[in-house]
Amino acid sequence: MAAISKPEAQPHVVEPYEAGKGLWSWLNVVDHKRIAHLYFMASGLFFLTGGSEALLMRIQLFHPNNHFVSAETFNQLFTMHGTTMIFLAVMPLFIAFFNAVVPLMIGARDVAYPRLNALSFWLFLAGGLFLNSSWFLGGAPDAGWFSYAPISTSLYNPGLGIDFYAIGLQIAGIGTLATGVNFLVTILNMRAPGMSLMRLPLFVWTVLVTSVLVILAFPALTVNLFFLMFDRIIGTQFFAVASGGQPLLWANLFWVFGHPEVYILVLPTFGIISEVVSTFSRKPLFGYSTMVLATVSIGFLSFMVWVHHMFTLGYGPWVNSIFALTTMMIAVPTGVKIFNWLATMWGGHIRFSVPMMWVVSFLVTFTIGGMSGVMLAMAPADLQFNDSYFVVAHFHYVMIGGSLFGILAGLYYWFPKITGRMLNETVGKVSFWLVNIGFNVTFFPMHFLGLIGMPRRIYTYAPGLGFTTWNEVATTGAFILGTGFAILVANVIVSLASGPKAVADPWDARTLEWGLPSPVAPYNFSHIPLVRGRDPLWVEKTHGDGRIPAAPGVHEHAPDGTVHMPQPTALPLLMAACITALGYALLYRNLYVAIVAGAVAVYTMHRSMFSPDPGEYMRIAPELETMALEGGAH
Amino acid sequence: MLLAGGATALAAGTPESEFNPAGPVAALQLSYIELSFWIMAGIFIVVAGVLVFTVIRFRERRGQEKEVPPQVEGNTLLEIVWTIVPILLLAILGVVTVSGSFALADLAPPSKAVVVDVVGHQYWFAYQYTNLGVTTANELHIPVGEKIDLELQSADVMHAWWVPRLGGKIDSVPGRTNYMWIEASKPGIYTGQCAEFCGTGHADMRIVVDAQSPAQFNAWLNAMKHPASVPTSGLAKQGYTDFATAGCDACHSITGTNYTVGVIGPNLTGLANRPMIAGNILPNTPANLAAWLHNPPGVKPGALMPNLHLSPGKIKALVAYLESLK
Repeated sequence: MAAISKPEAQPHVVEPYEAGKGLWSWLNVVDHKRIAHLYFMASGLFFLTGGSEALLMRIQLFHPNNHFVSAETFNQLFTMHGTTMIFLAVMPLFIAFFNAVVPLMIGARDVAYPRLNALSFWLFLAGGLFLNSSWFLGGAPDAGWFSYAPISTSLYNPGLGIDFYAIGLQIAGIGTLATGVNFLVTILNMRAPGMSLMRLPLFVWTVLVTSVLVILAFPALTVNLFFLMFDRIIGTQFFAVASGGQPLLWANLFWVFGHPEVYILVLPTFGIISEVVSTFSRKPLFGYSTMVLATVSIGFLSFMVWVHHMFTLGYGPWVNSIFALTTMMIAVPTGVKIFNWLATMWGGHIRFSVPMMWVVSFLVTFTIGGMSGVMLAMAPADLQFNDSYFVVAHFHYVMIGGSLFGILAGLYYWFPKITGRMLNETVGKVSFWLVNIGFNVTFFPMHFLGLIGMPRRIYTYAPGLGFTTWNEVATTGAFILGTGFAILVANVIVSLASGPKAVADPWDARTLEWGLPSPVAPYNFSHIPLVRGRDPLWVEKTHGDGRIPAAPGVHEHAPDGTVHMPQPTALPLLMAACITALGYALLYRNLYVAIVAGAVAVYTMHRSMFSPDPGEYMRIAPELETMALEGGAH
Repeated sequence: MLLAGGATALAAGTPESEFNPAGPVAALQLSYIELSFWIMAGIFIVVAGVLVFTVIRFRERRGQEKEVPPQVEGNTLLEIVWTIVPILLLAILGVVTVSGSFALADLAPPSKAVVVDVVGHQYWFAYQYTNLGVTTANELHIPVGEKIDLELQSADVMHAWWVPRLGGKIDSVPGRTNYMWIEASKPGIYTGQCAEFCGTGHADMRIVVDAQSPAQFNAWLNAMKHPASVPTSGLAKQGYTDFATAGCDACHSITGTNYTVGVIGPNLTGLANRPMIAGNILPNTPANLAAWLHNPPGVKPGALMPNLHLSPGKIKALVAYLESLK
């Protein structure tokens, strides 16, 4: 907020406790912390949806020639499972953490574009609901989460399923792209005085690089989905072989997006792990500069490897060799990170609360996923691995054992800061063991299944091939895993309602957010903080009085005792609703509704962009400050 | 490790196991899998070992809660070492990857080799021996001990021809031709299945390779060029006529007959000699063949062969005819 917004009338002062009461306050929300709550809840629900789809598949695969679900249903299940988990569960869970934590870590009061932030959430929710409405409106998409042409074209896939996929992902994708822009600008422009780039917590660095990846990679997906939509809705021939169209165009554009996407799905986890391992080892992150360099390198290299998803598409030995080598290169900074995390633990005083337990299991399972990744990078060997269960094992080890375990570490770590309550440690440990055992029992055998010839995406298999036993093991593991997740979700729900109240700094941590009350006041900081080093709270604990100092000379442009905050508005919700209506209109090929919905969407966009946000003045609540720095190690 | 070793030993015995290569391509690929596995396992043992040691040795003890350990920020030498060592290990893998990629692209000269056009269809593979004048489907015969060039194409969507014991796969991409070579070292039956999602019937699109001695292969070629396709008496003769009246010849061809226009379905020459039917999902028995003819999509979900509502009598005659095609 660089310009001073002129209030339209005598400003009234909003009480911080009043902000956020009532259902309407959730619909016109612009506060990044409440948006984070919304992201957590919605992605949690989509995660359970995706998990149910997985369990249905595992039941079907328990026996050879099983008939629990039909082939068509199975194809929809694996498509929706992958699409949901990637776009509607893991990515939004990370965005929830971006929202919950990044402004606090850099000493800001909100993100750079609060209305856009709300729009991002509503578009994600709308896209996810749109996509899942397909189950009830004629059938879900069934060509896989990467929906190769030509099986996804209308010639081979009439019906609306793939339209739900293309339009739904476009709706959600606009939201994600906006998030990338929002956090890039926030991190570059809204850091508190003293927070230089090389003092940023590593989590913020990973969000910064992830945001750049989002901005550069999502347009490739957007263009690809437009090509598919145009082919299916208005009859263009981008992927129609008979007219000279190219299936390889889809594949290349998809993976140019798809490979950076998987780094979007793992870099934030690296950031979370860095924060948790440092706090719970009582040491600074080992090799901070190297970790920053490794993060940036991984981001850069992630655009140079996409053809490793296409080693079997017949590009020949030159292309395959080049991309095999670049893929191996990206393993180097990733390995460096693992070694630095181990070195952070080395010589520390390690406390094994639940967040740290997740870090330790991450280090094992992510390393295994990295190992299978290097094996896959050897292009001649990949001709065997590709499209087999070996690949399924690999990506679940890095996505669950990597991305998700990091998310769970972050959940237990930041839950007190976000909600003001502690998650139950004992229940946390029970679900930790169930999830770890279930996860490994489910996915480790899949390495073998791939090596003995089981391809991906098959609804059944023949007896006598040696597939049966390992499939039975995997299905059993899946139910153990599901039980572990159910207990975890129960822990969240019960703790939200009645968990013990959290102090400001339950973990004796090192970064700015732990110097604020739990939960944080709506305005975050009563005074813009002064940052005096890396791990700024630790600097104050060791060289100050343990309190975050106020930055001198900051002029708040608000009456004394108040702060100028963004004004809540329902415009983002309205815009998302219009875009969704436009989506359904395209789906049902209804030009009139499409024009009306599009016009209203453009109008709301215009209003959002050109009507100034007068903001509101919020009273700073001194009574919250007395709680600020109680507690050290628990 | 023990679990991995035991599982591997068990796995070597399964019919499509990559641990039991039947030819040089699969053998080379297995050697890469083993090389990369052992190097990676070595790194894992180091990482896991350090992790276990760290977790035990540096656990916060009772009484240490207020102490702060030395706040070590980094060590440049360590950073260099643990960057260089992985680069060296990966360089080993990189060198063999490049040489292997070129070896696997080194097809036999087409004028001297058996060249097979492999065309993927929803949901079966057609095989055309381009310079030998034979067309067949679902069962690929090859001579042992020589490179077989495969030219991979698709009639509809993407497919992938994968027989793990012979080698990896290259996809069939509509609108282009891809190339790979395979070679069987010993005679035998090798099976596999389509490995690129291609629709409802993807799981039921399976592959049978019959690798034979050169003499047997030539005998097979001969039989395919001069098959007994026109029965002279009995129910089979009735079936031969029914083949046209039921409309089968619109999609299927049989060498040695006037049924030569049907190309969108599998070529049925010598069908009686094939061990499996319906894209290799059912044993080739009269009962299974009758069930298939009765309702193909009912037997194989997604099958594009329609249910022609044939009468039981017609089915019996057709089965008798098809089982006479040797």
